Amino acid sequence: MPEELQIYAPLLPEIILALGAMALLMYGVFRPETESEAETVGWLAILVMIAAAITIVWYGNGTVRLFEGAFVDDAFARFMKLLTLGGGAVALMLSFDDFRNLRIMKFEYPVLVLLSTVGMMLMISAGDLIALYVGLELSSLALYVIAAYRRDSVKASEAGLKYFVLGALSSGMLLYGSSLIYGFAGSTNFQVIANAAKGAEVATNLWLIFGLVFLMVGLAFKVSAVPFHMWTPDVYEGSATPVTTFFATAPKVAAMALLVRVTVGAFPAIAMQWQQIITFIAIASMLLGAFAAIGQTNIKRLMAYSSIANVGFALVGLAANSAEGTQAVLVYMAIYVVMTLGVFACILSMRRADQAVEEIEELAGLARNNLPMAFALMILMFALAGIPPLVGFFGKYFVFMAAVKAGLYPLAVVGVLASVVGAYYYLRIIKVMFFDDSKEKFEPVRFKAGAVIAAAALIMIFGVIWLGPFTDYAMAAAQSFTFVK
Amino acid sequence: MEFKAIVFLPLIGAIIAGFFGRLITDRGAEILTTALLFVSAALSWWVFSRVGFGGETIKVPVATWFTSGELEVAWSLRIDTLTAVMLVVVTTVSSLVHLYSIGYMHEDDARARFFAYLSLFTFAMLALVTSDNLVQMFFGWEGVGLASYLLIGFWYKKPSANAAAIKAFVVNRVGDFGFALGIFGLFAITNSVSFDVIFSEAPNLVGKEMSFLGYQVDILTCLCLLLFMGAMGKSAQFLLHTWLPDAMEGPTPVSALIHAATMVTAGVFMVARLSPVFEYAPTALMVVTFVGAFTAFFAATVGLVQNDIKRVVAYSTCSQLGYMFVACGVGAYSVAIFHLFTHAFFKALLFLGAGSVIHAMHHEQDMRNMGGLAPKIRITWAMMLIGTLALTGVGIPHVGGFAGFHSKDAIIEAAYAAHTTYNYAFWMLVFAAFMTSFYSWRLMFMTFHGKTRAEPDTFKHAHESPMVMLVPLFVLALGAVASGFVFSEYFIGHDYKEFWNRSILHLPSKDILHHMHEAVKKAEWIAWAPFIAMVSGFVLAWLYYIKMPSLPAATARTFRPLYLFFLNKWHVDELYDWLFVKPAMWLGRVLWKTGDGRIIDGLGPDGIAARVVNITGRVVRLQTGYVYHYAFAMMIGVALIATYFIFQGGGLLK
Repeated sequence: MPEELQIYAPLLPEIILALGAMALLMYGVFRPETESEAETVGWLAILVMIAAAITIVWYGNGTVRLFEGAFVDDAFARFMKLLTLGGGAVALMLSFDDFRNLRIMKFEYPVLVLLSTVGMMLMISAGDLIALYVGLELSSLALYVIAAYRRDSVKASEAGLKYFVLGALSSGMLLYGSSLIYGFAGSTNFQVIANAAKGAEVATNLWLIFGLVFLMVGLAFKVSAVPFHMWTPDVYEGSATPVTTFFATAPKVAAMALLVRVTVGAFPAIAMQWQQIITFIAIASMLLGAFAAIGQTNIKRLMAYSSIANVGFALVGLAANSAEGTQAVLVYMAIYVVMTLGVFACILSMRRADQAVEEIEELAGLARNNLPMAFALMILMFALAGIPPLVGFFGKYFVFMAAVKAGLYPLAVVGVLASVVGAYYYLRIIKVMFFDDSKEKFEPVRFKAGAVIAAAALIMIFGVIWLGPFTDYAMAAAQSFTFVK
Repeated sequence: MEFKAIVFLPLIGAIIAGFFGRLITDRGAEILTTALLFVSAALSWWVFSRVGFGGETIKVPVATWFTSGELEVAWSLRIDTLTAVMLVVVTTVSSLVHLYSIGYMHEDDARARFFAYLSLFTFAMLALVTSDNLVQMFFGWEGVGLASYLLIGFWYKKPSANAAAIKAFVVNRVGDFGFALGIFGLFAITNSVSFDVIFSEAPNLVGKEMSFLGYQVDILTCLCLLLFMGAMGKSAQFLLHTWLPDAMEGPTPVSALIHAATMVTAGVFMVARLSPVFEYAPTALMVVTFVGAFTAFFAATVGLVQNDIKRVVAYSTCSQLGYMFVACGVGAYSVAIFHLFTHAFFKALLFLGAGSVIHAMHHEQDMRNMGGLAPKIRITWAMMLIGTLALTGVGIPHVGGFAGFHSKDAIIEAAYAAHTTYNYAFWMLVFAAFMTSFYSWRLMFMTFHGKTRAEPDTFKHAHESPMVMLVPLFVLALGAVASGFVFSEYFIGHDYKEFWNRSILHLPSKDILHHMHEAVKKAEWIAWAPFIAMVSGFVLAWLYYIKMPSLPAATARTFRPLYLFFLNKWHVDELYDWLFVKPAMWLGRVLWKTGDGRIIDGLGPDGIAARVVNITGRVVRLQTGYVYHYAFAMMIGVALIATYFIFQGGGLLK
């Protein structure tokens, strides 16, 4: 690589993804339109993601700001990008078999996933309001399309449309907030905003705070935090299951990363204000996620509410506004991605006579028909419920500990209570699988899904062994930020 | 080593038979436990001969049990004459019962379990009698309680057996509560649970007071009464006796071992063992005397009218235990232990004989369905006859007689010598002796003599028991005949001081044994009173059940209220049911239905769950599916947060 281009090395993952997306688009267009060609595109897309991940690990070093600070590459960004890529790649891999089944195995899907991933990577690295918005829209536009990817299904089309309309609304609010902030700081750069927002009188500047509120509302929509979550159950249920899998993993990670970057990165001086907002939406998300999930019969909808609750738990860590809190967010998101992939791989394996079934009661007596799957799903459910010694417990433990250390006792208490309520619906699935009269057998679990289920369950059981080094890594990432109390 | 072997051999047998019963089969379990018990019994007799005649108190440390602050409990065996006597009683009867059970239980399919329980009981009983401190004694005390519970409920498929087992356990809890309080009290006062320390402290505590339940009470009186409460439970004294007749639900060998010869005498043993404490608490001893005398009388009246062959013997046991407590109460502990010793032989003999009858009659226990069995089962009849002669105390004063004659008449004499108020103890015991004689002969006549009332089929098939069951009867019969005159000289005669050798304390100021002999010398009729009672009881029984068999029914009709009163065991069970069981049930139901169900569940788990469901219902309804509702929710959210900052965070209104 030429000397003068060396400084752009941190941009390499995004470049690889973008060029890969273009190239695969060309490949797909000029090759015959068959399912096997489409799957080739899919595997190539996964390869591109792996290549991007390798360059992140290879070139990533320290904190680098490019383009006047619009693009930031730091340990935090690398952590979240790896997580996004990993979640995206696995979700993509899980889609192949199901799309073949649905007769919608097309090359566009991997390309759209790649494009969306580029947008997420840019979001994670955004150091500027404009970069933030561009990244967000790039990922969102692709997501709107894939939400309705199963276009002959009314539900999927409805889901895509709802997501688009509400997404547009949230983008509008985000832009409005950005303009207020620009009006206050005279710049879109996070560092400049952070410097401008210092001083005692700033904390009472309502315009800045309104800007912050609107900006955060736009981001809260992306992480589906209450009360900006309403799209989530409908989209999760309506979209094809592989799409839901993708929705539940990569975009959540990216949006959470962006939320951290904006709050901790751009507004350290008015932490009191955004901490209150985060606390509010965290409590609302945890409670609503816990209570509403109980009433669900469709497992995808249940997972939607579960994701809402989980985002609430992760936000508890952010509300702490500390290195431990951010570390907890990172650890929580990583564990959450693994659990979610495992559960969705199980949902993808719920098939009878080539038809997917999605009702919870269809799992009845799974333990008698397919004990390994039932056992793995049981482990995943226990992990989601936060039962020690499974790794899922430690995710919750770290966020609550961070909240307690930051003195946010009520938040921690509400969180624990919500996770008690939430435990009910996870345990109910276990009860249905192990104690109810068995229904017809599912079709055999396919290899890819089976591998993901097994890997996720094993990580939940044995992950504790590597928890120490992993949390250290997350701590290093969290220390990319400076925290102001 | 031999001391440890005596105590722990039965435990080893119990563990092997209990946990590896399948491995060694029922037959193996029978042989193993029985053989170990016989070894233990042989060693016991050897120890008895060594310690009982001129030996010193031996202490064998086994292990430190636990230490907590000032409370140090060691596990060591205290072997003195008192212990040696008990060792002999326990291991002899237990080994014979083991042997007998091989025959009696041969149709049962859980014999390994049965023999494991029997051996476990024996171990616990031996731990009790060899204890060197109160905690160790309590261990044995509870151990025999457990084994008794397990054995009464051995046929656990029978609801009545389960009920009886639970009753025995619960009633004993009442007594144990007092016993435990007594132990706590002694520890609080003397800072030790070891017998040596407590015994040396006891004389210093005379007349001192302590606070108990807000009252100033005499330390020794209070503690001795609490300890005696434990003894009342274990030894089935009046008020806490109700479990013993019901315990007859267990297999008959169990009744012989636990509920006649050994466990029920633990209370007597405990009072004798703690004689160095009780001797300084005359008020407590007075209570012991009264309870004992009353129980002896009460149980005898009930025994008069019972029809179940085992229940008659059970009430007889209860009554004889009362005799022993009277002896303790008047300070004649050695007489009490002597009666305990002889009683073990003849009462076990009676029970095992009754078992042989039941065995012959195919588990028929009602004497109204027996009669005329003597020619059918001649050996059993002879053995039961010996047991009855011993129990009723047949013998000529100053000459000698069966075992019961020596020990029981000594108690009656001691009761006289103690000069209780109006001599009530003496008169009650004499009257009880009369009734004892009556119901014992009634049992004999109803079972073995007269015309048979049995089912012709059963009667035809009645058969003598096998040798394995008869041999124990012979051995016990030997004891019932000879244990009295062979040992009376040592236990209560001139050599008693050398024999007991400080294992029992008789305050020199009282020296009841001396007074006893003096009293008989002064008033000859004292020695003849029990003899007359015994003979008249026999004559009356003969009149009622042989000469004029219509008399019993006529008498029952004439004195119907009294008859029913006795038949229903003085209505004590009904009284308890009304006084304790019903209110406890009521309270339990209230706490369960209202307290737990309505209040705790209602406000707790159920209530919260119901509220969660309510909230869920509402939250789910929020999700209408309309985009404009969703958008509206988002706008409301923004508005809420923004408004909040206008009033709070932004501080515009500050």
